[in-house]
Amino acid sequence: MNRTTASSRFAPRSLGLSLAAAACLAAFGGSALAQEKVLRIAMTAADIPRTLGQPDQGFEGNRFTGIPMYDALTHWDLSKADAPSVLVPGLATSWKVDDKDKTKWVFKLRPGVKFHDGSDLTADAIVWNVQKVLDKDAVHFDASQVGVTASRMPTLRSARKIDNLTVELTTSEPDAFLPLNLTNLFIASPAHWQKKFDAAQGATPADKAKAAWTAFAADASGSGPFKMARFVPRERLEVVANKAYWDPKRTPKVDRVVMLPMPEANARTAALLSGQVDWIEAPAPDAMPQIRQRGFKIESNAQPHVWPWQLSFAEGSPWLDKRVRHAANLCVDREGLKTLLGGMMAVPKGTVPPGHPWWGNPKFDIKYDVKAAQALMTQAGFSAAKPVKVKVQISASGSGQMQPLPMNEFVQQSLKQCYFDVEFDVIEWNTLFTNWRKGAKDPSANGAHATNVSYAAMDPFFAMVRFTSTKTFPPVSNNWGYFGNDEFDKLIADARTTFDDKKRDEALAKLHARIVEEAPFVWIAHDVGPRAMSTKIKGFVQPRSWFVDLAPVSMD
Amino acid sequence: MIAFLLRRVVYTLPIMLGVALVCFALVHLSPGDPLVSILPPDASAELQQQLIRLYGFDRSYPEQFASWVWRALQGDLGTSIASGRAVTEEVFRAVGNTLRLAVLATLIGFVFGCLFGFVAGYFQNSWLDKAASLTSVLGVSVPHYWLGMLMVIVFSATLAWLPPGGAGPGGSGDWAWDWAHVQHMILPAITMSVIPMGIIARTVRALVAEILAQEFIVGLRAKGLTDLGVFGHVVKNAAPTALAVMGLQLGYLLGGSILIETVFSWPGTGFLLNSAIFQRDLPLLQGTILVLALFFVVLNLVVDVIQTLLDPRISR
Repeated sequence: MNRTTASSRFAPRSLGLSLAAAACLAAFGGSALAQEKVLRIAMTAADIPRTLGQPDQGFEGNRFTGIPMYDALTHWDLSKADAPSVLVPGLATSWKVDDKDKTKWVFKLRPGVKFHDGSDLTADAIVWNVQKVLDKDAVHFDASQVGVTASRMPTLRSARKIDNLTVELTTSEPDAFLPLNLTNLFIASPAHWQKKFDAAQGATPADKAKAAWTAFAADASGSGPFKMARFVPRERLEVVANKAYWDPKRTPKVDRVVMLPMPEANARTAALLSGQVDWIEAPAPDAMPQIRQRGFKIESNAQPHVWPWQLSFAEGSPWLDKRVRHAANLCVDREGLKTLLGGMMAVPKGTVPPGHPWWGNPKFDIKYDVKAAQALMTQAGFSAAKPVKVKVQISASGSGQMQPLPMNEFVQQSLKQCYFDVEFDVIEWNTLFTNWRKGAKDPSANGAHATNVSYAAMDPFFAMVRFTSTKTFPPVSNNWGYFGNDEFDKLIADARTTFDDKKRDEALAKLHARIVEEAPFVWIAHDVGPRAMSTKIKGFVQPRSWFVDLAPVSMD
Repeated sequence: MIAFLLRRVVYTLPIMLGVALVCFALVHLSPGDPLVSILPPDASAELQQQLIRLYGFDRSYPEQFASWVWRALQGDLGTSIASGRAVTEEVFRAVGNTLRLAVLATLIGFVFGCLFGFVAGYFQNSWLDKAASLTSVLGVSVPHYWLGMLMVIVFSATLAWLPPGGAGPGGSGDWAWDWAHVQHMILPAITMSVIPMGIIARTVRALVAEILAQEFIVGLRAKGLTDLGVFGHVVKNAAPTALAVMGLQLGYLLGGSILIETVFSWPGTGFLLNSAIFQRDLPLLQGTILVLALFFVVLNLVVDVIQTLLDPRISR
């Protein structure tokens, strides 16, 4: 028996009580309970990520309430730790863009898939799920799910049933990135929602629909490897194995997973050390040695995550001089920073690492070379006596921001040796986030020449396009620094309109190489997503991804 | 007495409206995006505007405020942007959890605070007084998040005697007053109790010293009353103030300590406020503050009434 709940862990342990408990368990079916393998996870979120199909709480939401309970048309392959995660079939077995009209895609659906409520997955279900976030006239349209959907598949416009197992998706413009984006559209059961809607109270259909979504969130139905079993808002989510899952390789090994929101790193660490949970996300950095000493293991792997300074190309910015941008990239002691973080970062060579399909062998090599950096700065007219003044907006904390204050201070010291005089404008995380959309020319930038917002680099739009296209200048998207020109717009268009996967990757590799060469960022670190867990946990794979697959995890 | 009560109830109405206005203004004037919890960082301005319209944040502040107050009067505090659940439901669930913890912490604080206060006041300048005073000063001075972490390190992570967090094996959804749940309250309740304990001890000590110096005590002793009898009179005279202090402390604790509830992952109002602030969940933030203010005002009223009952001079 591996189920060690908080109560049993701390209960009095006298022999008499143990015997009495054993007798009670035997009398009331305890043997069945004793077989149950329960995995308890402490998340960093302050609340259970939303459970109705489109999770919130960033990618932690996708990780714990999206991927385990739901399927999407396309999935990330999360089974490998030593290679970048690639796209694999999910609810769609194949997909193809229309030869004549590149805005239309046909997806063939997997036959025989059932939702947790027993209803069948059909093309109608896909259409219904697209409507829930894109069709304001649909009864089941839910504004709260739009934010995390529309921006992650910005060109998707509509869906149409061709036959029971074939669906056509339409985009606003030819977009080869769509299959990658669709990993974020989790497919909920329309039949289950309809039952909630029929039972809901409300004066208008909109009121009933709102109530139906609330009811659905508390009793969700997807088609994923885990089914929702118990939900206590803000406290716990319990999911149980879906033994009838369509993919035998992803049929869960544990019977139940309990997810607990614990936003405070020390609280999570204490929960692990005291045996209250088996797995914690992002342990407190200071506690790493103690965690290892106490016999727990720490898993980590380079994530598609970039922790940069995003540079301003607005008039008057010192970064307009490419030599200054290159010098900064050559002057950061990233290995020293890694030591400061107890090894919990990966040293970047660009937005994606060498070996990635989008790497592209850039001519500029990001490394630590102070002499070369100093030479570039001297050529640009700077010296120790005449340093360049740089102002950077940073936050004191924030999701994905790692340890922003000590890291930035380390970079500040590192750059000092190359004649950079760095000043910080420290603002609250949500404000920095909001300012990110407003751009370097907005008064909210407060005259900053760079901003420090970390970002996910899983799909091409997130990783590169939004930072380098002239179409994504503020306030449209996140090209905060106004970096871009015709050359980059063409490289982006080439990638976006190349529908052969291999050729699209080649086009993206060209774009990536040019980005590194032009250096609109100072690339400082990649996160490695540390998580600590009990040695009882077996079969866990930490892929090079923001996500993990709970299905193959087993417990001794 | 009835007139006094009515007067106090009428006084609370403008206070509540003022609280609602201040809370609304503070929440809306603070920087950041109200839709941050459901908008990803890369959301376009177009999408942002679309959602702002859908959630009604494009309306004028007076319109938003009037609509919020009108719905609040009907018991509808809106819907949490982040969770999609009714704010009323969220807040009252959290209040129930915090209430349990606050009552236990106040009881611990009151019992030990009175004990230390009476001992220190009765035996002024003795080593007992010094020890009790030192304990109460420490109680007020020690940062309680630090104490909470210390408790967790010692009693949970090292000794594994008590769980470090949460509301029980099944959460607060199936709460019962049994060991499985109560053990989750012990560390946060003790941590929370140190401040009221220190404050009550210092107040009671001063009161006892002051009462003991009054002439009627000399009179009581001259009448031949025993020490126990005199003590009874001291308690009776000190009780209204001690109760008022306890009531206020309970009010503060009902607000939920953000730090303690976060350290112990206790699903109360402090934890809820923490989430609401970080997610900039405006309806949840406004609703939680309003309900807590309401509790505080009502609790003050109750304390005033009890004080008046105990000491009729107050109503005059």
